[in-house]
Amino acid sequence: MNPELQGRTFPPTEPYLVGREKVREFARAVFATNPINLDPEAARAAGYADVVAPPTFAVVVQEQTLAQLLADPESGIDFSRVVHGDQRFTSTRPIVAGDLLTATLTVASVKSLGGHSMVTAESAITDAEGAHVVTAVSTLVVRGDE
Amino acid sequence: MMPAPDFASLTVGDVVAERSFPLTRDSLVRYAGASGDFNPIHYRDDVAAEVGLPGVLAHGMLTMGLAVQPVVDWAGDPGRIADYQVRFTRPVVVDPQRGATITVAAKVGQLDEAATVARIDLTVKLGDDTVLGKAQVRVHLG
Repeated sequence: MNPELQGRTFPPTEPYLVGREKVREFARAVFATNPINLDPEAARAAGYADVVAPPTFAVVVQEQTLAQLLADPESGIDFSRVVHGDQRFTSTRPIVAGDLLTATLTVASVKSLGGHSMVTAESAITDAEGAHVVTAVSTLVVRGDE
Repeated sequence: MMPAPDFASLTVGDVVAERSFPLTRDSLVRYAGASGDFNPIHYRDDVAAEVGLPGVLAHGMLTMGLAVQPVVDWAGDPGRIADYQVRFTRPVVVDPQRGATITVAAKVGQLDEAATVARIDLTVKLGDDTVLGKAQVRVHLG
């Protein structure tokens, strides 16, 4: 694990178009039962343009940024040793079907603890207008040699 | 629009929602497809054994994703969830025959009156074992 990664910002990901059926598929997979997640009519009645994604849907977009980090030869992260430690989503507004989202990853911190490394990756997700939607933060624990 | 729960009527310690989620291997395959996380430790016993795991595990993000649902239903609108965080403290092994049942209890942890935000603390368990630590949801009720 390369400590000089701390503070580094990666290039924005390709825009991700949030599809209505993808939102519904994801909602069913996380056992969502709220009609605003599943039924466009219910979502419109609640004031949204289309179905609203569950709170953890942002992980689908964030995933593209974590792939950038793990694929970077300079990061020195062995994917087979990575354990997901913490996860957080901080939203300005919910993700709605029809959104075109772009994610930009910053490596907030790299720490060593015992033989392990901990990397905190912050992915800021913005819409087509460039406005903030949600920031997804993952702490990944990279296990050292046993 | 679903009315929000009445902020003024809440007290720290109130249990606002409880639900149990019976997971099967089918649930894991469904989540893999929906999320795009196709790590084989979530559906192949041989791969799980090879890397030293006690069995096929549920995706941590599946556990996180379902654990907030009782709060979404209580809040009435998924758009009221302003912030959600968890720590993954223990893996959820999903038996091929019996599956695994996750239970969630959601309790008022803190009330921010100026912002009308309730912090809801989740207790997420598999049997007697807690599987998520510091699981907190900030819900906007203004």
